[in-house]
Amino acid sequence: MTDLQPSILRGEVKVRGLSKSYALNRSSLSVLRNLDLDVNGGEILAIVGPSGCGKTTLLRVLAGLESPDRGEVLIDGHPVAGVGRERAVIFQEPRLLPWLTVLENVAFGLEVRGVPAAQARERARHYIHLVGLTEFAEAWPRQLSGGMAQRVGIARALTVQPEILLLDEPFGALDAMTKLTMQEELARIWREEGVTMILVTHDLEEAIFLADRVLVLSRDNSDPARLIDVDLPRPRDRSEQGFVAMRRRLMAEFGLH
Amino acid sequence: MTYQHLDSTTVQVSGESAEPGLTRRGAAFAREALSRYGLLAGFLILWQVASRSGWVSPSVLPPLDTIASALWNGIASGALVDDIAISLQRSGIAFAAAVVLGIPLGLFMGQIAAVERALDPILQLFRQTSALALYPVFILLLGLGETSKIFVIFWATLFPVLLATIGGVKEVDRKLIEMARTYGATPLAVFRRVILPASVPSIFVGLRLSATTALLLLIAAEMIGANKGLGFQVMNAQYNFQIPLMFASIFLLAGLGLVANFILVALQNRLCRWAAPVR
Repeated sequence: MTDLQPSILRGEVKVRGLSKSYALNRSSLSVLRNLDLDVNGGEILAIVGPSGCGKTTLLRVLAGLESPDRGEVLIDGHPVAGVGRERAVIFQEPRLLPWLTVLENVAFGLEVRGVPAAQARERARHYIHLVGLTEFAEAWPRQLSGGMAQRVGIARALTVQPEILLLDEPFGALDAMTKLTMQEELARIWREEGVTMILVTHDLEEAIFLADRVLVLSRDNSDPARLIDVDLPRPRDRSEQGFVAMRRRLMAEFGLH
Repeated sequence: MTYQHLDSTTVQVSGESAEPGLTRRGAAFAREALSRYGLLAGFLILWQVASRSGWVSPSVLPPLDTIASALWNGIASGALVDDIAISLQRSGIAFAAAVVLGIPLGLFMGQIAAVERALDPILQLFRQTSALALYPVFILLLGLGETSKIFVIFWATLFPVLLATIGGVKEVDRKLIEMARTYGATPLAVFRRVILPASVPSIFVGLRLSATTALLLLIAAEMIGANKGLGFQVMNAQYNFQIPLMFASIFLLAGLGLVANFILVALQNRLCRWAAPVR
């Protein structure tokens, strides 16, 4: 059915009544409480919130790495459980296989999905080029800097051509300068690939720079999750007035000034 | 400030490269060799001088050239060659059996927690029981022939490779396995493409330990009940007061150990080109 639908539906995520709690010394810690969320196909949604608010848990449930206690996740209208071919995850650490070259790492996702190695590597080369690492295709992961390694991780995720890219604090471990470059690159990749991105971050500027909407999660049981539109023209400028105003508004959400 | 610093660095670098590169590399090589082998060379020289000049009794600690000629005679006459062959055969068969059993069993045990939990106490008991203490038991069970010798070496050799393999599998980064799972890797693909390659360095640590153990046990087994082999030769030469021959056999054993280790390290570096080379 979905194959016949036009591409407007592709990469659309619906979350319905999602709840998840963890056992914690005999009591239970509830991190997600009856969450509803609609992510449009092709948009960038950023998820922010204090640590322990469940943002990473939400992403892991969306990735299929954890199952919710209650509620469901629908992708392009179909309920999903477990991992799936239409999603790819970029973690905070690059998680490269040290015994594979850059090229082999990028082709890894396709190869475990049964694509013949030659074909997988051809497509991998395209995405290595896209992230600007053409000269490093034969390098080993230990020879790469943190930013380069994370680019390889991004290329690996893009190579399987997912509808939805799930990013868990992807630049959290990088230095400030590299982080800014990587954000620019991610914005460019998004323009070129048109993939839905769900981005967990603790960096409010990163959220405003990249996202169409920001989901603010809180730890407080009485305080529901809030969605904030980032209505700024792209490409975005961090020093522009609207950007600064948006930053102030998001800070206020956290009671900061 | 910053500029000054940069300038002085540049001057220093260009000054260095003005020197002829070849001599500099030769000097660096000599320094490296001296720092690595200098002490060993000093030890050998001291041995030679001490024995020749009579500081120690040459009949107990013969000069190195006497040992070398005993070694040469033994090899040229073929007497030591037979000993080497039989020793290599014993330790080789035992080592191969330990590898063939230990690695697959370790890979299996490392992955299935229930199996590992059930087998661990008995493994610890076996491991802590000295193989030499069990040698009389093996002789009673298997006779005084080749089987008991090979078995006692196998017994001691099995545990390092088995335990290192289990450890390697258990210590595979869970995050890499999770990454593979997000791409839909089947359990078999996770094993083949993540767990197995990740365990290789640890398996090699076990292999090198096992190879050393194999030679260690070989000597003990040959000293107790053999009439051939390098271990027998060490004991026999001592009984007959052929001290140069005794030392020749000891040096041969040390050589075998070094060669085995060298082969394993070369193999590991070949298989693990992705990691920093091992020495």
